[in-house]
Amino acid sequence: MLATSPAFKQNVRDALADAGLQKALAFTRPSFAGRRAAAVANLPEFEQLRDVGRDIKNHVLANLDFYLETWAGNVEKSGGQVHWCSTADDARAAVLAICQRVGAKTVTKGKSMISEELAINEHLEQHGITPVETDLGEYILQLRHEPPSHIIAPAFHLNREDWEESFRKSHTDLAEDRVFTDRRDILTEARRKLREQFLAADVGITGANFLIAETGSSVIVTNEGNGDLTQTLPKVHIVLASIEKVVPTLEDACTFLRLLARSATGQDMSVYTTFSTGARRPDDLDGPGEYHVVLIDNGRTNMIGTEFQDMLRCIRCAACMNHCPVYFTVGGHSYGWVYPGPMGSVLTPGLIGVDKAGHLPNASTFCGKCESVCPVKIPLPKLMRHWREREFERHLTPQTVRTNLALWAWFARRPAAYRFATRIAAWTLGFLGRKRGKFHALPFAGGWTDGRDLPAPEGDTFFARYARQQRNAQP
Amino acid sequence: MTRENILGAIRRGLKRGPLPDDQQLGLRARLAAHPRHLIPARGQLPRPEQVALFLQNVEKEFGTTARVATPADIPAAIADYLAANNLPTDLAIAPHPELEAIDWSLRPLLSLRPGRAQASDQVCLTHGYAAVAETGTLMLPASPHRPTTLNLLGDTAIVVLRASRIVGFMEAAWDLFRAENHDETTGGFMPRNIMWVTGPSRSADIESTLELGAHGPRRLHVVLIDDDSAALKADDDDPAALQ
Repeated sequence: MLATSPAFKQNVRDALADAGLQKALAFTRPSFAGRRAAAVANLPEFEQLRDVGRDIKNHVLANLDFYLETWAGNVEKSGGQVHWCSTADDARAAVLAICQRVGAKTVTKGKSMISEELAINEHLEQHGITPVETDLGEYILQLRHEPPSHIIAPAFHLNREDWEESFRKSHTDLAEDRVFTDRRDILTEARRKLREQFLAADVGITGANFLIAETGSSVIVTNEGNGDLTQTLPKVHIVLASIEKVVPTLEDACTFLRLLARSATGQDMSVYTTFSTGARRPDDLDGPGEYHVVLIDNGRTNMIGTEFQDMLRCIRCAACMNHCPVYFTVGGHSYGWVYPGPMGSVLTPGLIGVDKAGHLPNASTFCGKCESVCPVKIPLPKLMRHWREREFERHLTPQTVRTNLALWAWFARRPAAYRFATRIAAWTLGFLGRKRGKFHALPFAGGWTDGRDLPAPEGDTFFARYARQQRNAQP
Repeated sequence: MTRENILGAIRRGLKRGPLPDDQQLGLRARLAAHPRHLIPARGQLPRPEQVALFLQNVEKEFGTTARVATPADIPAAIADYLAANNLPTDLAIAPHPELEAIDWSLRPLLSLRPGRAQASDQVCLTHGYAAVAETGTLMLPASPHRPTTLNLLGDTAIVVLRASRIVGFMEAAWDLFRAENHDETTGGFMPRNIMWVTGPSRSADIESTLELGAHGPRRLHVVLIDDDSAALKADDDDPAALQ
């Protein structure tokens, strides 16, 4: 996927001016956080489970080579094939080779964020194979040629009018004057159109929430059932999975299943949790005849052994973005690549480079909410700070920022000068703003005051006031 | 060689070579022992409450339930459910020995076709291997007796489950499965596919609002056979629960 992350600032301006997006964001924000809170309140052990989840993932990452080899051996024992791919190019080639070998014309797809990393749809189309997204949200995005704006609710930025408009434009075989009275009519039409696709597809591609080393299984967690139809009906099932998805045992997976749905949608358990192990057995009445896993690195090994290794614990629940004030102001597309929100602000620089994605870790208020809801306790604000440091060290930060930081650092290291300067500034601003109590605009601070007013200081610095109170408190 | 490239890159990151034998042995022992982690208290209720919790959770997740005393009561329970919901009486049914042992002739209006589901099937009936009280989840492992398509293609999915197969939490269901299953093809215990199903299909992709029946069944109905005397005790003071 081509990144527009370098244009983050322009993306944000567009997003703030997009009334439809702002309506969807305002509508969704309370429900995302509310559902998780209710689910967590119903499980007293949830906090302890977060520690367990973090520890299992750390154990896996410290032994990742061992668990991947064990898992791959067990996939092969159960008649499946593993395709090891270092890059997105390798993975695209592996998927295409399988599809071409079986003469595939259409390919159904379950929802998978790694497939967005690979831009697999464009690649298949270029080679005459039609990919069909079957997750309801991904389906409409494919009709509209848009990328997802969220990792588990990819089309929540669209309103009902958008769905109706796209369906009328794309489903031209249906009566033009049909009426959509409610959401159910939209759903029913999508269900009917996609059912034809499920039955016609030659290959089904899904992602994987987990890979199980013990059994060589892949696991998908869904609510619609589209992932299961995708992997059950065609003659070939291809799983796309990144290397950090492996967990040792079925019991380890149980712990993550308790964390995942609650953190994501506020469900105790998603509707369909499906373990796939190899291809159809000789006496089975249904299921695919071939089972392949395309195992993808695509930059993740570069994070192992660095301060960013913690990010590889991520189970893609979306709790961080669902609770992020920045995400709910600018929406998912502003982030400009596959992964938005706090997890994207850490992962994207790791995968496509901080030179391209440097704006993302800077777009944070560091309120810490993301870390406090993360089911595997990834220290997201700390990792964003590490990216800011790397950006600064590599001289990617703009000159004005560097100059001002240097100026600030000079004062910060000299307390007397710092107090003197802030006293002058507080007094001056307090004097100038004494009538209105706030500033609509200030020289050199347009970036800040364009969006909001700056309250005028009351003429004193914090230091001065604190010192005075300490004096008054003494008997 | 990509395999070696990826494994090499991981080892370089971890600043070590391949794991020494003694450490590999330790990890193999962990895999063999597959230890349980924290199990929530709500999964460890006394037996009668487990069954009640299971039913309660199925309904919380928009499924429906019926309880029967013996397998012989199943045809009537299913016919009544279909009639009450105005559903067709043609069923695709799992060719499972426990379902084949039932005398369906008591309800001649039910028309059964054993085998996998076809796209045109409206109602599918399958056999529940086990179920989890903690979340109201059915365990549906694929086998020649339990085709996966029956879980997916019908508008209505009906699952027959014995109460004695309800366990408190998922780990206990895995233990049952490990003990009872052997896959001839792979030498392991996992079949091609195991679906864990919690309620009917749904989506909130349109304006973040929940709608049932996205691609899979719109209705999920569990018919529970009360074959577990330990599980029945809780109902002594509530005979209505058996109706």
